[in-house]
Amino acid sequence: MVEEGAREVWSVAEEVRKKRPLLLDLLVRLVREKPLGTVGAIIVLLLLLTGIFANFLAPYSENEMTLLDRLQPPSGQYFLGTDNLGRDMFSRIIYGARISMYVGLGAATLSTIISTIIGMVSGFLGGKADIIIQRFVDAWICFPPLFVILTVMAIVGPGLLQVILVLGMMQGIGGSRTVRSAVIGIKENVYVEAARSVGSPTSRILLRHILPNIMAPVIIVFTTRMGAAILAEATISFLGFGIPPPTPSWGGMLSGAGRRYMRIAPHMALFPGLALALVVYGINMFGDALRDILDPRLRGGLGRYSGVKRKRAKKYLQESEAN
Amino acid sequence: MTGYVIRRLALIVPTLLLVTIIVFLLVRFIPGDIIELMVAEMSAEGTVTTEITAETVRKALGMDVPVHIQYGKWLGGLFRGDLGNSLWTSRPITQELSLRIPISFELGLLAMITAMLIALPIGVYSAIRQDTTGDYVGRTFAILCISLPGFWLGTMVVVYPSIWWNWSPPLDYIPIVENPLENLKQFIIPAVLMGMVMSGTTMRMTRTMMLEVLRQDYIRTAWSKGLMERVVVVRHAMKNALIPVVTIAAGMLPVLIGGTVVFESIFALPGVGLYMIEALNKRDYPIISGINVIMGMLVLLLNLVVDLTYAWLDPRVRYR
Repeated sequence: MVEEGAREVWSVAEEVRKKRPLLLDLLVRLVREKPLGTVGAIIVLLLLLTGIFANFLAPYSENEMTLLDRLQPPSGQYFLGTDNLGRDMFSRIIYGARISMYVGLGAATLSTIISTIIGMVSGFLGGKADIIIQRFVDAWICFPPLFVILTVMAIVGPGLLQVILVLGMMQGIGGSRTVRSAVIGIKENVYVEAARSVGSPTSRILLRHILPNIMAPVIIVFTTRMGAAILAEATISFLGFGIPPPTPSWGGMLSGAGRRYMRIAPHMALFPGLALALVVYGINMFGDALRDILDPRLRGGLGRYSGVKRKRAKKYLQESEAN
Repeated sequence: MTGYVIRRLALIVPTLLLVTIIVFLLVRFIPGDIIELMVAEMSAEGTVTTEITAETVRKALGMDVPVHIQYGKWLGGLFRGDLGNSLWTSRPITQELSLRIPISFELGLLAMITAMLIALPIGVYSAIRQDTTGDYVGRTFAILCISLPGFWLGTMVVVYPSIWWNWSPPLDYIPIVENPLENLKQFIIPAVLMGMVMSGTTMRMTRTMMLEVLRQDYIRTAWSKGLMERVVVVRHAMKNALIPVVTIAAGMLPVLIGGTVVFESIFALPGVGLYMIEALNKRDYPIISGINVIMGMLVLLLNLVVDLTYAWLDPRVRYR
C-alpha cells in the first residue's frame, strides 16, 4: 500500500520533471510573465555578444588614433564621434563592453562562490563558528564599500585582474548574509535530518541537500552582484584607481581626458555613461524578474491587494458567472 | 529590553576591535616597491629639506617596530583621539577630519532627506496599486535610480548646463556659517543627485514592506470596519511598514558615505570623500587608515543606535 503510494508520487514527480527542462521553463515564464525582465535579458545577452565579438563589431581598433580627426562630433564616419586623441568612441565603447563583461562575470562569480562558502558554513554549522564568522562579517560591512575598494586598489595598484579580485572579495563577504539566512531556513527541513540520520557526512549534506535548495537566492545574488560590480568598476576607474588608460573602460573614459575636454566635446562623457546605465539597468531588470519568478514568497496573495491582475480577476469572475 | 541592550553591547565590542584590526591589516601590508615610489615622490616634492630614504618613510608609517607593537601604538592613539599626522603636510589628521566631517554630514543628510522624499510616496503608491500601470512606472523608476551611475549623472549636470546656459556649479566652498543660502545652493544639486541614486533601494523596500503589511489580518479588519483607504493606508499600514524601512535606510549608511567620494570630487566640496581621494593619490597611508577606521566605527555605532531604537519601537524584535 505504502509502496504503491510512493510509486504514484514518484511517477507524478517524473512526469513533472519530463514536462520541460528547468532552464527552458524559466525562460518561457520570463517571456510570458515579465516583459521588462525579457528586455533586461536581451540587454544582458547583447552585452555578452558585444563583449565576445568586439573585434568583429568595432569599425576601428580601440586604440587607433587619427590625430587629424580629434574631438569630432558624431557623424557618418564616426558614429559616436572621436575623443581627444582621435580615437573612435563607438569602437572604444564596444571594447569597453568586453571589459565590463569581464568585470561583471568575473567579480560576480568570485563573490558568489565566496558568499556561498561563507554563508553555507556559517549558517549550517551555527553555534560558536557562526557567531565568530558573523562578527567578522559585521565588522566588514561597516566600512563604506567604496572606501575599502579604493584603499585596496591604492595598495595593489590599478589593473583589470586586481579590480576583479578586489570587487569579488568585497562583495563576497558582504553578500554571504543572504546565503546564510537561506541556509538557516532550509537546514531545519526533514530531508536534512533524514540525511543526517542515515549518516551522511556534513560535506555531503551541504553539497547534495543544502546547495541545490539555495540555488534561487544564489542566482539572485549573482545577477545583482554583476550589475553592482560593473557599476563599481566604472566608478573606481572614473576616480582613477581602477583600470588604467588606454584600456577602454566605460568609467575611465569619463575621467582624465574625458573630463578635461567635455565642454568642447560633451559626447566623450555622454555615450560611455549611457552605455553603462543601459547595461546595468538591463541586468537589474533581468535580476528583478528572476527574483519574482524564483522566489515563491513573492507570488500574489489574496484579497483587496492581491497579486492577481485586475483584468485577469474580472475575466475569471465573468467566466465563473457564465458557468 | 535591558537584556537585549546588554546583548547588543556585548556583541559590539569584538566587532569594534575587528574593525580596527581589519583597517590596520589592510593598510599595513604596503609592498616594498610602493615605499620606493613614495620615497621618489616625496623627494620630488621638495618641501622636505632632509634626505628621504625608505627607512624614514617606514619610520613615519610606524613600520620600524614589530607588528603587534605597531597595532598597540595605533590603537592607543585611536583611543586618545589621535590618528597621527599626515605624511606630507604633517598636520594632525584628527583636526583635519573634524573640519571635514561636518561638510560630508551636511551633504549626506540632504541626500538622505531627498531619498526619503522620493522613495516613500512612490513606494507606498506602488504597493497600494500593485500591478497597475502606476506601479510599473514606479518600479521601473526605482530600478533606473539604482542603475544610474552617480558619477556620470554628476558629470552630466556639470557639463550640459555650462554648454547650454553657461551655468556651472560654484567651485569654491562656502561655509554654512558665512552664508547659509549660498552654502545650500552649493549643496543642493549634489545632494539631490545623490538622493536620487540612493532612493531606488529604499523605494523597493518600502513597496515590499507595505505589500507584506497590507496582507495582514488587522488590515482586513480595518477594511471591513469600512474605513477609508487613506486611513487604512496611512494610519494602519504605513505605521508598521515604515519601521523596517528606516532601519534598512540606516543600513545604507556605508553606501551613503562612499557616495560622498564621488560627489565631493565632482562638485569640489572639501569633505571626507575628497580628503580620501587626495590621500589616496599621495599614498598618505595614515590618513587612509584614519578615515577608514573612523567611518567604520561611526557606521557600527549608528547601526547600534538604530537597532536599539527599533527594538524600543517594536517589541517583537526583543524577543527573537
